[in-house]
Amino acid sequence: MQFKTATSPHLAQQNSVQSVMYKVLLAMVPGTIAMVVFFGWGVLVNIILASVVALSCEALMLLLRKRPLKPYLLDGSALLTATLLALALPQLAPWWLTLIGTAFAIIVAKHLYGGLGFNPFNPAMVGYIVVIISFPREMTQWVPPLLDDYTLLTFSETLRVIFHGELPLTHGWDAITMATPLDTVKTQLGLELSINEIENHKEYGSMFGSIGGFGWEWANGLFLMTGLYLCIKRIIDWRIPAGIIAAILVLSNLFALYDYASFTPPTFHLFSGGFMLGAFFIATDPVTAATTTKGRWLYGAGIGIFIYIIRTWGSYPDGIAFAVILMNMTAPLLDYYTMPRAFGHRWNEFPHHHLGDKDEE
Amino acid sequence: MSLNSRHLWHFHGGLKLPSNKAVSTTRPITRALLPKRLVIPVQQHIGEAGKLLVKVGDSVLKGQVLAQASSYVSASIHAPSSGKVVEIEELPVPHPSGLSALSVVIETDGEDKWIELSPLHHPNTKSPTELRQLIRQAGIVGLGGAAFPTAVKVNTGPQAEIDTLIINGAECEPSISCDDMLMRHYASEVISGCGLIQYIVSARHCLIAIEDNKPEAVAALRAVITEKALHTIEVVVVPTIYPTGGEKQLIKVLSNKEVPSDGFPSDIGVLVQNVGTAVAVHKAICLGEPLISRIVTITGEGVQQAHNMEVLIGTPMSELIEQSGGYHEDAAKLIIGGPMMGFTLQTDHLPVTKACNCLLVSNAAEQIADAMPCIRCGACATVCPAQLLPQQLYWHASSKNFDLVQEYHLFDCIECGCCNHVCPSQIPLVQYYRFAKTEIWNQERDRIKSDHARIRHEFRQERLDREKKERDEKLRKKKELLAKKKIAEAATKETVGATTDIDPKKAAIEAAMQRVKDKKSAQQTESSNEKSTQEQ
Amino acid sequence: MTILTAILTLALIAALFGLLLGYASVKFHVEGDPVVDKIDAILPQTQCGQCGFAGCRPYAEAISSGEAEINLCPPGGETTMLALSDLLGVEPLALDAEHDDIPEKTVVYIDEETCIGCTLCIQACPVDAILGAAKQMHTIIESECTGCDLCIPPCPVDCIHIKPVKVEPDTWRWPLPDHVSTAPQAG
Repeated sequence: MQFKTATSPHLAQQNSVQSVMYKVLLAMVPGTIAMVVFFGWGVLVNIILASVVALSCEALMLLLRKRPLKPYLLDGSALLTATLLALALPQLAPWWLTLIGTAFAIIVAKHLYGGLGFNPFNPAMVGYIVVIISFPREMTQWVPPLLDDYTLLTFSETLRVIFHGELPLTHGWDAITMATPLDTVKTQLGLELSINEIENHKEYGSMFGSIGGFGWEWANGLFLMTGLYLCIKRIIDWRIPAGIIAAILVLSNLFALYDYASFTPPTFHLFSGGFMLGAFFIATDPVTAATTTKGRWLYGAGIGIFIYIIRTWGSYPDGIAFAVILMNMTAPLLDYYTMPRAFGHRWNEFPHHHLGDKDEE
Repeated sequence: MSLNSRHLWHFHGGLKLPSNKAVSTTRPITRALLPKRLVIPVQQHIGEAGKLLVKVGDSVLKGQVLAQASSYVSASIHAPSSGKVVEIEELPVPHPSGLSALSVVIETDGEDKWIELSPLHHPNTKSPTELRQLIRQAGIVGLGGAAFPTAVKVNTGPQAEIDTLIINGAECEPSISCDDMLMRHYASEVISGCGLIQYIVSARHCLIAIEDNKPEAVAALRAVITEKALHTIEVVVVPTIYPTGGEKQLIKVLSNKEVPSDGFPSDIGVLVQNVGTAVAVHKAICLGEPLISRIVTITGEGVQQAHNMEVLIGTPMSELIEQSGGYHEDAAKLIIGGPMMGFTLQTDHLPVTKACNCLLVSNAAEQIADAMPCIRCGACATVCPAQLLPQQLYWHASSKNFDLVQEYHLFDCIECGCCNHVCPSQIPLVQYYRFAKTEIWNQERDRIKSDHARIRHEFRQERLDREKKERDEKLRKKKELLAKKKIAEAATKETVGATTDIDPKKAAIEAAMQRVKDKKSAQQTESSNEKSTQEQ
Repeated sequence: MTILTAILTLALIAALFGLLLGYASVKFHVEGDPVVDKIDAILPQTQCGQCGFAGCRPYAEAISSGEAEINLCPPGGETTMLALSDLLGVEPLALDAEHDDIPEKTVVYIDEETCIGCTLCIQACPVDAILGAAKQMHTIIESECTGCDLCIPPCPVDCIHIKPVKVEPDTWRWPLPDHVSTAPQAG
């Protein structure tokens, strides 16, 4: 009898890129629902819009690069990029903003670097940085969270705002959008107010909720929980979020101890903005992160430090995207210098064909 | 199941895999039927092939030497049954390449008649060297799969002091159960073999390591140990984590010591032998029988009846499958060894060799899923028991950067397949490593060959130069001689002529002058000779 | 005044770096390294002359003096070309299209029936791998043959033939996985 030959191992593999991506996407559902509840339909519209753009760009690039369409369109990586970017954008961002960000992420940040697995920078964050640098005004179109004296826009109103820039008759831009808690804190601290004064301000104090900003704290809490679940299931590596959180805790505690009136408390850092989304879902993108155990700790800590620095002293309200991209750059170096000691070797012997060698792909 | 009190350690990574062993352990070991034709490859071990002692037409008895170990790292092979040598040809051997190698074909006569055996009843009266010689004569190789000549392995040299002998009964690969069954059914032989090896290497104690999914084997061995009141042999139950049965991993688990990358277990006072090898050693010394059979697990979803068989070396695999009820219709792959490290065969018309521990017939639907690009998730590095960076190895192997791949310790890779198994992109990592390893070995062979060719070429060049010089020299000398002769002749003529009309006094002067002249010219040629040689 | 400061500063910097460079060239002086030997070590030593030079050493000398490109060695194939590019720090060059990436290794054998014992092949063999004497049958020592094929043209009776080196299980090589679409591309 004749048999087919194959290389070992011969046990069926359960793991696949596709299942990893879809599990991560699934884990983002609860947090996303919370965001829809608090910030309205804009969140969902952005996600759908970004997904359509991402898949179209992916298909276009695969065709141009003569790669098979099916495995790459179905692998979920483009959807994941789209969703992460959409969640990071303001809920009422105009449609072209989402389009430009997503298209740049997929076409330039992902495919021009070689597609899945070869991009050195997190595509979603590259897309985000492109739009925040190019269109700073539109990037402030955040919706205030659902508060007692305020009703969210309806679905059709949302569509009109996003696609036509048409405001509902009763509202002006000032009424339907406002700065995020992170932004507000930064502006008001600049005006020499203390944290306490800001949080109890009669105009905007209510949006601070109890820990990290009303609405934001719910989304962050849910992202934290599902993120922890992914860590336990070993779908994402726990060391990166642990490193980020540890760094933020250390820095924010130190500075809050030094001067609690002008430095935001640790809980505010952890539960406002896109922190948990960033820590568990963006920074853990395996393609662009460090891969060794020690390297991941350092990578996470680096992101945490940059987030704190940018939030506290930088000119942008939130620094996750910049922090992630800055640490993406260091990932190869971290990997190189944190190589584990191989079994039976006494210490690390670094390959002397060093980084930047022409053979490094 | 009683656990041991011994403290155990962990190696990095590893996998918990479904064991799939129960299917083949429910039935007792059966003895395979004596086949009509036995095909015995001359080389079944690591090292040099043996030197053939038989020719076509010879009658051989069971246990007779067919090929004698030719060098230190070599092993003899023996006739597994009596009969006639009908062919000595290149025949297909079980190897991933599907290539052929020199094999002896014996047509069995059905009598199964042994040569005269010389069992040793009191092995302890012999010296370790003598016992090692017996092991060597019996053609024993490591039966765990590596097939390294055992006589070489137990010769640890005068410097190495073996503290612990580890008998490897871990059998960590899923599906394989030949060692499990061997320990259950040949417990006293295992213990006897352990004692013999322990004596040969003068190890202070002996640990038999068995994974905790084989309680019957543990109980059987412990019963023998208690019965014989042996104090230096201990059965150690180790957790079932693949690849605990790897030599270096097992040593780490039992002693927390790591075998140096460029060294041997004996460097840290340890020697590891497989349980099957221990039984073979027992048979060779106590019964005088060479290694001519082994236990083979026949299992997998593609075969009707999963069980273990005691098989003569050289038996065609097709006959074993037949005696196991044949294939299921959906049999897809025939694997020799386990599902993690075994390799596939193209055909079942191949002989069982000393290293063949398992025939696994899988029905796994062909995985058409194309490999995706590496997403750098690092799952491979998490499970790697050698603490390597499989991802980096993959990058550099695929770009054929063989220097860098070695700097990332490719040769510490044991090809266990853990990285490959967890890879979400389903990249055939192990094949990349095997590709790189064989490619590097090939380059090394090429380098040696080209160095050799260079030396030969240079030698030839030198020889040609020398010959040319010698020829020139000869030619020149001949010419010189000729010239001298002419001068001499001319001189004689002159002298003769002169004597006739010139007075003798004058003639004498002239003759003297001529002599001086000759001398001078001779000196000149000499010096010019020297000059020319120097120039050369 | 400012311009004077600028000129002085620049001059000072120039002088400093000049000194530094001078010091470095003395301190890290590299003895004229025997690059020809290194190139020669990489070449396959078939002495076949297919590169257009009279053997491996002359080709090595030509490469080191810049007279020859690094992609002229068919027996060495891509491996040798890449090793040379690595050693010399020059860009890899494509091999001539007619040569495969991995050339098949061959040796020659003499059809002993036809051989007339003319010794012409013996004189042509660069590594003395042919055994024989005038009017005696010749034979090739296979283990010494480099497969250069230089003995074939001189043979007056065409009794020398090429055969591939047999692959044994020991020398068999695992193929690169068929996984091209996703593997990183070299180059």
